[in-house]
Amino acid sequence: MDRFRMIFQFLQSNQESFMNGICGIMALASAQMYSAFDFNCPCLPRYNLAYGLGILLVPPLILFLLGFVLNNNVSMLAEEWRRPQGQRGKDPAVLRYMFCSMAQRAMIAPVVWVSVTLLDGKCITCAFCTSVPVETLGNASHPGLSQEEMKLVLARIPCKEIYDGQELIANEVAIRYLRCISQALGWCFVLLMTTLAFLVRSLRPCFTQAAFLKSRYWSHYIDIERKLFDETCAEHARSFAKVCIQQFFEGMSTDLAATRCHLPSKAPADVGEAAEKLLGITDRGTMNTALKSWHRCKPPLHLHPPALPTGNGWAGEGQPPAQPPVPRREMVAYYSRV
Amino acid sequence: MDRFRMIFQYFQSNSESVMNGICGLLALASVKMYTCFDFSCPCLPRYNMAYGLGIIFVPPVALFLCGLILNRQSLLMLEEWRRPQGRRKKDLAVIRYLCSSIMQRAMVAPVVWIIVTLLDGKCLICALSDSVDPEKFVGFANTSPVQVQQLLAKVPCKDDELMRNNTSRKAVSRYLRCWSQALGWSILLILIVAAFLARWLRPCFNQAALLQARHWSNYIDIEQKIFEETCCEHSRLFAHKCILHFFESMQEEIKLRSFSLPREGEEAEREEDLLQGITDQDQVNKLLKTWYYEKPAL
Repeated sequence: MDRFRMIFQFLQSNQESFMNGICGIMALASAQMYSAFDFNCPCLPRYNLAYGLGILLVPPLILFLLGFVLNNNVSMLAEEWRRPQGQRGKDPAVLRYMFCSMAQRAMIAPVVWVSVTLLDGKCITCAFCTSVPVETLGNASHPGLSQEEMKLVLARIPCKEIYDGQELIANEVAIRYLRCISQALGWCFVLLMTTLAFLVRSLRPCFTQAAFLKSRYWSHYIDIERKLFDETCAEHARSFAKVCIQQFFEGMSTDLAATRCHLPSKAPADVGEAAEKLLGITDRGTMNTALKSWHRCKPPLHLHPPALPTGNGWAGEGQPPAQPPVPRREMVAYYSRV
Repeated sequence: MDRFRMIFQYFQSNSESVMNGICGLLALASVKMYTCFDFSCPCLPRYNMAYGLGIIFVPPVALFLCGLILNRQSLLMLEEWRRPQGRRKKDLAVIRYLCSSIMQRAMVAPVVWIIVTLLDGKCLICALSDSVDPEKFVGFANTSPVQVQQLLAKVPCKDDELMRNNTSRKAVSRYLRCWSQALGWSILLILIVAAFLARWLRPCFNQAALLQARHWSNYIDIEQKIFEETCCEHSRLFAHKCILHFFESMQEEIKLRSFSLPREGEEAEREEDLLQGITDQDQVNKLLKTWYYEKPAL
């Protein structure tokens, strides 16, 4: 029991540090992806804006969704959200807590991408090069260029090799200007995000600490319960298989052996334990019924030591008085009919 | 008991060393960020000052907030500060101690950024290049004020066509860099002296109160950890009981439908039998074939 407890604690702490580790790896991966990405501004009037803003905004969306996909707890959240109420009420605060903690972790890689993009400056330079203030930075009175032609010239600013508007506005001046704006935006974005994170983290103890402790406990509980159920099912399947196979061999040996003298029997404890672990379920139909019933009608979270669970321990409503076991069992039998 | 003591000591040392480690990592990260950051001064009259001072001051604020966010003790302090009094009195000295320790750790990374920025010099050159007195420099002395502003603003950009071979640009650049580095080293010296004095003179003032505050802040930390651990254990036991009850309830239901449990005694007797019943190759082959072609019913 002690060993199981230590393993569980390790898993519990490990799950969170595991998720934090994945979060950090995704952030590093997004920075690495950006540096590996070969940015190629099209240098054409309307395409620049589309390309630049696309590179700024589409990969973060993908990284955000990827953050959800890689999070093991998403299926847990979906399961809890969609399950039928049954005997156990649903607490929206728990669902909100689970969703928020997943969303916070998934936000980190997109924020890193956007920050790195803005601080690097190429995207904004590409997207907004046609909006450079030529009057202040360059030579607006340069002869004979209509708006369209000027836009065409300005659009080539990011592509130094084909830029031909040096008399209109110097290439370096325009790029420095745009990059300065981009970096200023980048640092402001970083500051904004850190301020938001700080506020979210520090306002929570000031206002909703009790509710937070409750939600955190029950979301951990759901996770542990799911794991334990899987474990119990695996144990059950093992015993099931063991006894099944033993019976099969038994059947075979009665076919093959004509007469055998009775040998000293092995310790009956093993076999007895295995049959006990079957918990009375020994055919496919009842196993299927058990699995279906687990999904459709989860037991309430109120444990009586001798009897079965009653009432709802979650939503904070008053516990219904314990009913005598016999009539409840009948109720179970009736509505579990598949 | 011994194991518990070891666990306690582990938690105790671990919390502080973890926080010191995070503090160090954040300082290293700030240096790395500065070296990776591609500083490009706009070289335009009013933008220079805004850009330069922005780069000196905005990242440190972000790093300071990061330091607060990543520090576990800050949550602890806020919870202790905001909790209802209940049956446990609040000790302001503990909260003050926690606050000062958090601030000290969070200040390291911003200070590292500022010092690295000043010692490098690019930021200050960018920020102050158009505030330099043009009379001191030969190349800028005899030009009109508007033009001087423009030229001075371009000093940080070495590759600009106007500035490429301008010796006065180099003079202004060196002058500003010298000031920047002097400022950087002075700040570093002042901070180190202040830290040294604080650490050496602290035992002279109110050591007993400090020891108490430190003890109780560690206590709060450990208590929080143990509470979380106990909650985990409790939810595990709760889940275990719940699932067992569920299976029992299924078992009860099945009993109502007249189900028969497997016979225990016969299987126990037969186990040895099974092993010895199948003893040669042909028998095993037959068994395996039968297993494949005629699996037993569920």
